Amino acid sequence: MENSRRVKLLIFKDNVHEFAALVVIGGKTVAGLITMDDLTNDEILKILEDADRLLPVARGELYLPLLQGRILGNLFFEPSTRTRMSFETAMKRLGGEVVNLGDVKTSSVVKGETLFDTIQMVDGYTDIIAMRHPRQGAAQYAQDSARVPILNGGDGAGHHPTQTMLDLFTIKQAHGKLDGLKVILAGDLRFGRTVHSLSHALTRFGCELIFASPEILKMPPEIVSDLKAHGGDITETEDLYSMMEDADVVYMTRIQKERFSDEDEYAKVAGAYKLHTNDLSDVKAGMIIMHPLPRVDEIHPSVDTTRHARYFEQAFNGVVARMALLCKLLGVEVPADVQKAGGAL
Amino acid sequence: MSNEHSMRRVTAIRNGTVIDHIPQGQALAVLDMLGISDATSVPVSLVMNVPSKKMGNKDIIKVEDRELTQGELDRLALVAPDANVAIIRAYTVAEKMIINLGDEMVNVVRCTMSNCITANLREPLPHRMKVVSRDPLELRCHYCGRPQDLDKLVKNVI
Repeated sequence: MENSRRVKLLIFKDNVHEFAALVVIGGKTVAGLITMDDLTNDEILKILEDADRLLPVARGELYLPLLQGRILGNLFFEPSTRTRMSFETAMKRLGGEVVNLGDVKTSSVVKGETLFDTIQMVDGYTDIIAMRHPRQGAAQYAQDSARVPILNGGDGAGHHPTQTMLDLFTIKQAHGKLDGLKVILAGDLRFGRTVHSLSHALTRFGCELIFASPEILKMPPEIVSDLKAHGGDITETEDLYSMMEDADVVYMTRIQKERFSDEDEYAKVAGAYKLHTNDLSDVKAGMIIMHPLPRVDEIHPSVDTTRHARYFEQAFNGVVARMALLCKLLGVEVPADVQKAGGAL
Repeated sequence: MSNEHSMRRVTAIRNGTVIDHIPQGQALAVLDMLGISDATSVPVSLVMNVPSKKMGNKDIIKVEDRELTQGELDRLALVAPDANVAIIRAYTVAEKMIINLGDEMVNVVRCTMSNCITANLREPLPHRMKVVSRDPLELRCHYCGRPQDLDKLVKNVI
């Protein structure tokens, strides 16, 4: 792994740690995945193709130990079920090993260790790190501190690019393309990091976006202005249901109680959207409903059995998308003929 | 009142740095950003609210026996991007310097977002602000990407 670092002397004053005088800026850094800006459209499409070929491996039908001997460090400073488990499954399906930070409450973090120090340690133990952290910017910070690639598994209300990759995979699987689709993102668009990363990616592929949310949970203005500056076709509304008729994708999100400091504010918007089969009578036949999960009551269980529901496949797709990303960031080529390269389990 | 006349409100300095054309009312912020406080031993002259042909009213600072470096001056881009800076040696202007807002400000200000990773002051990596636009000035935190409110940002000077 390339590990050259250019050290530059900077001006600093007393209240910054002395280390700040000697930092890595402008040097050659390792490529991780912090935001979707780290991937070009061509790279995204290539990763999605790799993911598609890896499906039989993800299902456990084929053994293909492309990452044998490699170790993934799972650093989840915040609760996670799907992201952490799918990273672990992805690594193990490809023959790699995983080490976990474990419960933050019993790790050195609770003793006051800085993220910088934690990364210095884990970076020595592993070949690649998947990380989730409650603070925004933590993934970029970790990447600047590390010699191994960082996969951002969510940083506060910031970004969640590996979720975006599995979302794009699910959309492409259903519609055969990513460009020119009409996509509704609904629910908590303010704190929902999955929709932040996804809206950037969909804009780059020329999708029309509808943002449906209660007023206090609108998409942050800086994201809307960035999307518009990149040619985004954006409509903001509070009315989800009237927009569904000609949509290709309805992406529901949970109103996240844990992001509200005021319970009353949460109570005002909780349950703002509840999708029921009754709401699906006039939608396009091929329209798909997605959700990053966990859901509370945004999607009624009766929707699960309709042809529109894709959220459980979407959760499974987290494994293939992350398999392809692990290969990409570790510089391992996914064989063109996976069946030929792989063996029986 | 001419610019020349206004400059005579304080005596000429023998050696040091003169920062002219500071926006009205920003001189104290400039001193703060340069780390010039009551603990500073060199003489400092501060002129505020003097008429200027170029900018209506302006502030001026003269720091004796200290030549500010380009790196120190670049910190001023946030509050006084168009200030003129002269290094004085033996009562004459030895060097004219321009405040240069680069692509990034490093360890000048802290991100204003309370949930940014850099809000933990024990984290050792430098505070970095990317310059997204010069006019109007728009800065974003290198780590969390949050666009910065400049009025709040000047209170976060390191």
